[in-house]
Amino acid sequence: MPGAFWCIVEDDRNGSPKKVMAEVIGEAARLAPGRVEAVWLTDKASEAGLKQLGEWGAARVLLLENAAFAPYRSEVWVASAAELAGKESPQAILAPVTSRQREFVARLAARLGVGLAADSVGFALEGDKLVATRPVYAGKLLSKVTWAKAPWVATLRPNVFRPAASQPGKTASVERPTVTAAGALMKFVERREEVSTGLPELTEAETVISGGRGMKGPENYVILEDLGRVIGAAVGASRAAVDAGWRPHRFQIGQTGRTISPKLYLGFGVSGAIQHLAGMRTSKVIVAINKDPEAPIFKIADYGIVADLFEVVPELTKEFKKLLEK
Amino acid sequence: MKILVTIKQVPDTATQVKIAADGKTIDPTGITWIVSPYDEFAVEEALRIKEKRGQGEVVAVSLGPDRVKEALRSCLAMGCDRAIHLNDPAWAAADTLVTARALAKVIEQESAQLVLCGRQAIDDDMGAVTAQLAELLGWPCAYWIMEETIDADAKSVRAARQVEGGLEVFDLPLPAVLAAQKGLNEPRYPTLKGIMGAKKKEIKDLKASDLGGAVEPPQLSVVGLQALPPRPPGRIIQGDVPTAVKELVRSLREDAKAI
Amino acid sequence: MKLELSAEQQMIQAMAREFADSAIKPIAAEIDRDARFPHETVKRMGELGLMGIAVPERWGGSGADAVSYVVALEEIARACASHAVVMSVNNSLYGDPLLRYGTDVQRERFLKPVASGHTHGCFALTEPQAGSDATNQATLAVRDGADYIVNGRKRFITTGRESSFALVFCQTDRAEGHRGISAFVVEKGAPGFTVGKTEDKLGIRASDTAELIFEDCRVPAANRLGDEGQGFKIAMTAIDGGRIGIAAQAVGIAAGAYERSVAYARERKAFGVLIGQHQMVQWMLADMATAIDGARLLTLRAATLKDGGRPYRTAAAMAKLFASETAMKVATDAIQVHGGYGFIREYEVERAFRDAKVTQLYEGTSQIQKLVIARDLLGDHDGRA
Repeated sequence: MPGAFWCIVEDDRNGSPKKVMAEVIGEAARLAPGRVEAVWLTDKASEAGLKQLGEWGAARVLLLENAAFAPYRSEVWVASAAELAGKESPQAILAPVTSRQREFVARLAARLGVGLAADSVGFALEGDKLVATRPVYAGKLLSKVTWAKAPWVATLRPNVFRPAASQPGKTASVERPTVTAAGALMKFVERREEVSTGLPELTEAETVISGGRGMKGPENYVILEDLGRVIGAAVGASRAAVDAGWRPHRFQIGQTGRTISPKLYLGFGVSGAIQHLAGMRTSKVIVAINKDPEAPIFKIADYGIVADLFEVVPELTKEFKKLLEK
Repeated sequence: MKILVTIKQVPDTATQVKIAADGKTIDPTGITWIVSPYDEFAVEEALRIKEKRGQGEVVAVSLGPDRVKEALRSCLAMGCDRAIHLNDPAWAAADTLVTARALAKVIEQESAQLVLCGRQAIDDDMGAVTAQLAELLGWPCAYWIMEETIDADAKSVRAARQVEGGLEVFDLPLPAVLAAQKGLNEPRYPTLKGIMGAKKKEIKDLKASDLGGAVEPPQLSVVGLQALPPRPPGRIIQGDVPTAVKELVRSLREDAKAI
Repeated sequence: MKLELSAEQQMIQAMAREFADSAIKPIAAEIDRDARFPHETVKRMGELGLMGIAVPERWGGSGADAVSYVVALEEIARACASHAVVMSVNNSLYGDPLLRYGTDVQRERFLKPVASGHTHGCFALTEPQAGSDATNQATLAVRDGADYIVNGRKRFITTGRESSFALVFCQTDRAEGHRGISAFVVEKGAPGFTVGKTEDKLGIRASDTAELIFEDCRVPAANRLGDEGQGFKIAMTAIDGGRIGIAAQAVGIAAGAYERSVAYARERKAFGVLIGQHQMVQWMLADMATAIDGARLLTLRAATLKDGGRPYRTAAAMAKLFASETAMKVATDAIQVHGGYGFIREYEVERAFRDAKVTQLYEGTSQIQKLVIARDLLGDHDGRA
């Protein structure tokens, strides 16, 4: 029997797997039914978290619990994960795209001497090969790639893959394999929290609102945040708005910012430069509001309104409120 | 202190890319090539470290065909002291690991104390080389850094990496690898003096044989490139704002089921 | 014949374009409206080495050539003609004569700070009664021991208010006519040297155009550039080079207006189709592009001759004549392509229209260029033909 499909657990740093893991596990289950294993490096896993991984469909959880795993340091994680991979010989190692997973699996692939397909948006088994699809060249083309040998290492773009449904009562066998935890080279100094907007994180949100140059100034983002609170959306910005200093860079959507793939994207006063499209064109439903009917974003939008965003946003907030109160 | 910056030459974002006849690569005709923007942050940071310390050397390194010289020259014009060009057909199908192996050998040959890379190259967006260099060299690594300070005796670097929800600050003993995130700095323009001086600076050519040993085959290969499937045509909702907004909300709810 | 920029020239062009697009373009409309001198961006241009392009590094410059100067200036002018004229005066009318005629002591004191962009220099030839006819200078410099005493007024002096050094042309021997003109570097703050009114202009509004007033202004003889009586030649040589700069500025203004027109023709619809699909608009765009290319090639040829140490006066006059006429024509047509919108400030082609006009006026009107060209053709430099 071929090796398992490992799903590297991204957690909330508080003992619970992030929701995006349902997507990773769901895709792994589609590709390798019955061979899905969650591999979790953490300082402390919660019982509820372990249960959740089982309900999503992991047959087995390999829990590497050690204080050395938090905060995340690539040299420590890689040593332990590689040791475990040596014993277990997984066929694939999948992880969601997050800042640390992008680094971790790249380093792990180098340690294992195998290929990596980062930020994949699709997979297909072709004979005994796995083929991954990933956007390249600012999302203008799709590249299909394949591995010379296993384990096939890949990261998965959030919000793209169908999440596994939670099946109450389904459990995973939880194992705590012994691995050596390498000494850390990096010394943790501090963590500086961002001032929370109270809104979801950009890359994880199912709905994203984006404000571009048409916002006219930093003071106007408050109307987008009001709308965001009503519909539970993250609020981002285009490069033009970030470069103008209206929003911090962490809110930038686009090629030199965050790549998002929400169910619903709402762009206000966003022209739709290639730069921006690169970061959001895999969104499922795209709505554009811009007073310039020639704005390129209308070319990829599913719905568009040619109007002044300052008229549309309050109206939209009102309508959504009405709808959600029902 | 010797700082090595790895750079990649990529098509300008605004350039039209077309798939070449082989179906696996892009047609180079008419493409404007630039230094990948994240790599410019890395170059800028390296130059600032050197300027702040009042000494040191900044070496730009890139792997790729002849045209890559142009990218290296623009790094020299920005202020890098010299450049190394890894140029050999043996690397034509290089994946991130093959690239990282070649770069790691150069870093060892050069005995660099700090390696700066861009967060990812904006052509294939793999974002892996930095971590893979760290692995091959056995060095610590910080991804997506927003700030860094080298301590006075150049023994360690304090770097703040961007993570979801905040910044995490670490001390990394040198040598180390750092991946630059946007926001780290504002890259300078090359000055005219820099441009005029660049041609006097050395660009060393290295072949695979100069790094000892054969090039290992790539672990990841491109099966094919394809154009994006076109999105179904959208709909401009007409009418005055209240009417259009009502219709939009209805469509999102009932047709697209996005809310 | 090779019609290709060197790798360095291409990099200089790319740098100037990126800088112009990111730093100058966003403020161009505003500084034009407010007639505000853009200190911040001009300072950055100095740091980039754009203020002394062809001056050797030893004297604070960048050590590049006239072709680099032309391609960089065009890019700056494409974004803003005011920035371009400040750059042009600093390089051509002040920097070039100081380099050519200055002693090492003078270059150290008067050229280095200007070529390195730390401060500016201006060129003070025009007088209330002496514009196109510069042979008729009323400003007098009278020798007094180790100094000269300067009296007179200079008008329409670009960067006159902002400059730390003025290259001032004075009559030292009235009887000798234009052979009695001498050139002096007068430093800002010299007793008796004041700046009069700043002009409110139709175009290049963000550049400063001022009156310089000399009242018993004492200037050390060590500040005299070249010999007594050599001033007119110094002025004419500087202007020959300056015309290459103005030609480049005009090409840039035209190119900017043309690019806006093409973009507009691609997005604006009339009679159900994009206006770019109307033949009338296509013809205008084709004429614009052709004339701009012609003007650019003439300008590059003049610069190439200068770089090669060959005579370039006629070529510079031709380039300046053709480029400035082209800029005016292209800017006019650009407004036409935009229709009524072209008349509105927001669309910016009206700024090109206002800025283009001056290129037909300064450093020799179009009529003077024709005179220079014709006299060179006829081998007649004293105007006797």
